[in-house]
Amino acid sequence: MGNEEAVFFSRALTELTLSFHIIYATIGVGVPLMIMIAQWVGIKKNDEHYILLARRWARGFVITVAVGVVTGTAIGLQLSLLWPNFMELAGQVIALPLFMETFAFFFEAIFLGIYLYTWDRFDNQKKHLLLLVPVALGASFSAVFITIVNAFMNAPQGFDIVDGKLVNIRPILAMFNPAMPTKVAHVVVTAYMTSAFVLAAIAAFRLLKGSDHIYHKKALHLTVKLGLVFSLGALLIGDLSGKYLAEYQPEKLAAAEWHFETEGEAPLMLYGVLDGQEVKYAIKIPFALSILAHSNPMAEVKGLNEYPADEIPPLYIHYLFDTMVSIGMLMIAVSGLYWLGSRLGWAFIRSRWFRWILFAGGPLSVLAVEAGWWYAEVGRQPWILRGIMKTPEGATTSGQVDLMLYLFALLYLVLGVGSVVVLRRMFRRNPVEREIADREAERIAEEKAKGGDPA
Amino acid sequence: MTLEILGISVLWTFLFGYLIVASIDFGAGFFNAYSVLTGKERILTNVIQRYLSPVWEVTNVFLVFFFVGMVGFFPSSAYYYGTTLLVPASLAIILLAIRGSYYAFETYGARGHKGYSFMYGAAGLLLPASMSIVLTISEGGFVDIVGGNPVLDYRALFTSPLTWSIVVLSLAAVLYISAVFLTWYANKAGDREATDLLRKYALIWSLPTIITAGGIIWELRAHNPEHYARLLEFGWMFAVSAILFVGTVWLLWKRRNYGLAFWMLFGQFAFAFYGYGFSHYPYLLYPHLTIYDSFTNPAMATALIVAFILGLCLLVPSLYLLLRLFLFNKDYVKGKKSDEHA
Ligand code: HDD
Ligand code: HEM
Ligand code: HEM
Repeated sequence: MGNEEAVFFSRALTELTLSFHIIYATIGVGVPLMIMIAQWVGIKKNDEHYILLARRWARGFVITVAVGVVTGTAIGLQLSLLWPNFMELAGQVIALPLFMETFAFFFEAIFLGIYLYTWDRFDNQKKHLLLLVPVALGASFSAVFITIVNAFMNAPQGFDIVDGKLVNIRPILAMFNPAMPTKVAHVVVTAYMTSAFVLAAIAAFRLLKGSDHIYHKKALHLTVKLGLVFSLGALLIGDLSGKYLAEYQPEKLAAAEWHFETEGEAPLMLYGVLDGQEVKYAIKIPFALSILAHSNPMAEVKGLNEYPADEIPPLYIHYLFDTMVSIGMLMIAVSGLYWLGSRLGWAFIRSRWFRWILFAGGPLSVLAVEAGWWYAEVGRQPWILRGIMKTPEGATTSGQVDLMLYLFALLYLVLGVGSVVVLRRMFRRNPVEREIADREAERIAEEKAKGGDPA
Repeated sequence: MTLEILGISVLWTFLFGYLIVASIDFGAGFFNAYSVLTGKERILTNVIQRYLSPVWEVTNVFLVFFFVGMVGFFPSSAYYYGTTLLVPASLAIILLAIRGSYYAFETYGARGHKGYSFMYGAAGLLLPASMSIVLTISEGGFVDIVGGNPVLDYRALFTSPLTWSIVVLSLAAVLYISAVFLTWYANKAGDREATDLLRKYALIWSLPTIITAGGIIWELRAHNPEHYARLLEFGWMFAVSAILFVGTVWLLWKRRNYGLAFWMLFGQFAFAFYGYGFSHYPYLLYPHLTIYDSFTNPAMATALIVAFILGLCLLVPSLYLLLRLFLFNKDYVKGKKSDEHA
C-alpha cells in the first residue's frame, strides 16, 4: 500500500469511528443530566411518573453507554494506530487533558455502576439522586477534556518550535487555547440539547403510536422545555464560535460562507450553488456575516482569496454549516412554539403533524451534531495541527489500513443494529403502562402487609 | 526516583490492575459459557452475574488509562507501537467492542440468550491471546526498521515458540486467576455447589499456569539473552512468587481460607509481574526504545503526575465505595438484595 493510500484510509477510518462514536458520546454526555432533572422533579413534586421516567431512561442509557465506551476505546487506540506521528508530536503538549479525561471516565463508570444497582436501596430518594451527580459530572467533563484536545488542534499554543523541536512547553497554556472556551461550551450545550430532543422524540413517538398516557405527555413537556433552553444556548454560543473563527481561523469561516473577497457589510449566504467564485440561488441575509463575525454590520470579514490555494479547506463545508444552523433555528422555533402554545392553550401543539415534527427533532439534532463536527474538522484541513502539521504528515505508514476500515465498518454495523434492536425489545417487553400498574399493585401489597390502609 | 521511572511505575501498576480485574472478567465469561454448554448453568451464572454487572465498565477504564497514560508519558511509544500494532491492536479492539457491548445487551436487554453467552466466552479467550502479543513484541526481534519506519515481521512473530508460550500462559493465567477469585466470591455468597465447581477449575488451571510461566523464562534465554540475564538478577522475586503459588494451591486443596488464597495469588502475580517489569527496564521495545529516549518533556511529566495524584484522591474513595457496596456487602453478594437494578 502506498503512503497516499494509507493516508486516505486512515482518514476514512477516523471519520467513520468518530462519526459513530459521537452519536453515543453525545447521548452519553446529555442523558445523565436529563435523568437527574427528571428524578429531581419527581422528588420535588412527589410524582411517581417522573421517577419512573428517570428509571426507564437510565435503563436505556446503559445500552448507549456500552456502545459509547467500546467505540471510545476504539478511537482512543486508533489515534495512536492511525496517526502515530501526530500523537508523538501532539502528545508532548496536549497529553494532559487526554489523561484527565480517563479520570473523568473512571469517576463516571464507578458511580454509574453504583447508581444503576441501588434503585430502592435507600429510603431517601435524594441520596440515590446524589449518586447521579458524579455520573453527570464525569460525562460532561469527559466531553470538556476531549474537546480541549480538539481545540488545541485548531489553535495550537503553549510551546515554541526551535530547529524543528518542541521546546518551552506549557501544558496548561496549551489547554487554555483560544479555541477552547467556545468549542467546549458549544459541544457541551449541544449535547444537552440533542439529548433533550432525542428523549422528546421518544415521547412524541409513543403518543403518535396511540398511547394517551399522561406519563408520555409529562415526558414530552419536560424534554421540549429543556430542549428550548439548550437550543437557545447553542445559538448563543454558536454565535460566539463564529466570532472566534473570524479572529483565529478566518479561512474556516470564509470557506463555510463562500466569502472570497475581504470586504465589509458581508452578507450571510444560505444554501445555493457555486459557479466559479460566484454564488447562485443562495438565500442572502444582508450584513449577517459581518454580525456573526464581529457583531458589527459594517465590519470587514476576511475572504478566501487572501490564502494560498493549498491551504483552503474544501468548499462543500458550506452545506454542513448551513445544515447545522438550519436545524438549530428550526428546533428553537419548534420548541418555542410548543412552549408558547402550552402556556396559551393553542390546540395545534397536540395535533399529529406537530408531534411528527417533534419526533423528527431527535434525529435532526443528531444530524446537526454530525454536520457540526464534519464542518469543524473538514474546515481545519489541510491541517491536522493548524499551521504546524498537515494531515498526511501525521498518518501511519503501515499497510492494511483498508482491511481495518472494512472490519470496523462491519463492527459499527453490528453495534448500531444491536443497540437499536436491544433498546426496542427492552421497552416493548415492558411497556410503561404495565410497569405503572405493577408498581401500584406492589405499593398496595406493601401497605397491606404493614397493616395500613391502601388509599 | 527519576520522572521516567515514576511514570512507568504508575503505568505498570495500572496494567497490573487491568491484568487482575480483566482476567477475572474474561475467565468468568468463559466459565459461564462453558457451564451453559455443559448444562451446569444453574450453578454458576448467578455468582458470575452478581459480580460482573456493576463493575464491567470499570474494568475497561483500567485499559484506557494505561494506553492514554502511555502516550502521555512516552509519546514515542505511540509512534513505535502505533505503527507496528495496527492489525493486532485493531483486532483486539474489535473483540473488546463486541464483548463489552454484547455483555450489556445480554444483561440488560435479552437475558439468557445462549448465542451471546458463547460469543462472550469465546471473545474472553481470544482477547488475552491477542493482547499478550504486545508483550512478545516488546522482547524485540520482531520489529524491523524499513525505510526509517518500524515494521512488524509477522512471519517471525507467528513462528516463534516464545509467542505461543506467552499466548498459552495468558490463557492459563486468566482462567486460573478468575477461578480462584470466583471460588472466594462464591464461598462468600454461601453457594456450596458453585464453590466446589470453581475450586476444581482453579486447581485444574494452576498447573498449566506455572509450567508455561517457567517455560517462558527458559525460552527467553535463547530469544533475548540480555533480558534473561536481567531476569536472573531479580530471581528472588520469582522465587517469592513461586512460594505464594504453592500457598494458594495448598489452601485451595485443603478447602481453607479462600480469601487468603486469593490474596496470595494476587501476591504471586504481583511479584512475577513487577519482577518481569524491573528486568525489562529500561527498554520499552528491545532494542529500539527505552523509557529514557521516548520520555516526554519535564513540564508535561510534572503536570501528568500532579493530575494523577489529584485524580487518585478522587478515585480511591469512589472505588472503595463501589467495593463496599457490592464486593464486600454480604447482603448483595448473597443475593438478598435482589431487584435494585434500574
Ligand atoms: C445540535 C447540534 C448543533 C446545533 C443546533 C448548532 N451547532 Fe454549531 N456545532 C455543533 C453542534 C451544533 C458541534 C457538533 O458541537 C460543533 C462541531 C465542533 C464543535 O466545536 O462544535 C459545532 C461547531 C460550530 C462552529 C465551528 C467552531 C469551530 O470550528 O471552532 C460554529 C461557528 C458553530 N458551530 C456555530 C453555530 C451556530 C451559529 C448555530 C446556530 C444555531 C449552531 N452552531 C447550531
Ligand atoms: C468526537 C468528536 C469528533 C468528531 C466527530 C470528529 C470528526 C472528524 C472528521 C469527520 C474528520 C475528517 C476530516 C477530513 O478528513 O476532511 C476528522 C479529522 C480528524 N480528527 Fe476529528 N473529530 C472529533 C474530535 C476529534 C478530537 C478530539 C481529535 C483529537 C484528539 C480528533 C482527531 C482528528 C484527526 C487526527 C483527524 C485527521 C484525519 C482527517 O483529516 O481525516 N478529532 N475528525
Ligand atoms: C477523538 C476524540 C475522542 C476520543 C479519543 C474519545 C475517547 C473515548 C474513550 C477512550 C472512551 C471510553 C472510556 C471508558 O472506557 O469508559 C470514550 C467514551 C465516551 N466519550 Fe469519547 N472520545 C472522543 C470524542 C468524544 C467527544 C467529542 C465526546 C463528547 C462530546 C465524548 C464523550 C464521551 C463519553 C460521554 C463517553 C462515555 C461513554 C458514555 O457515557 O456514553 N467523546 N471516549
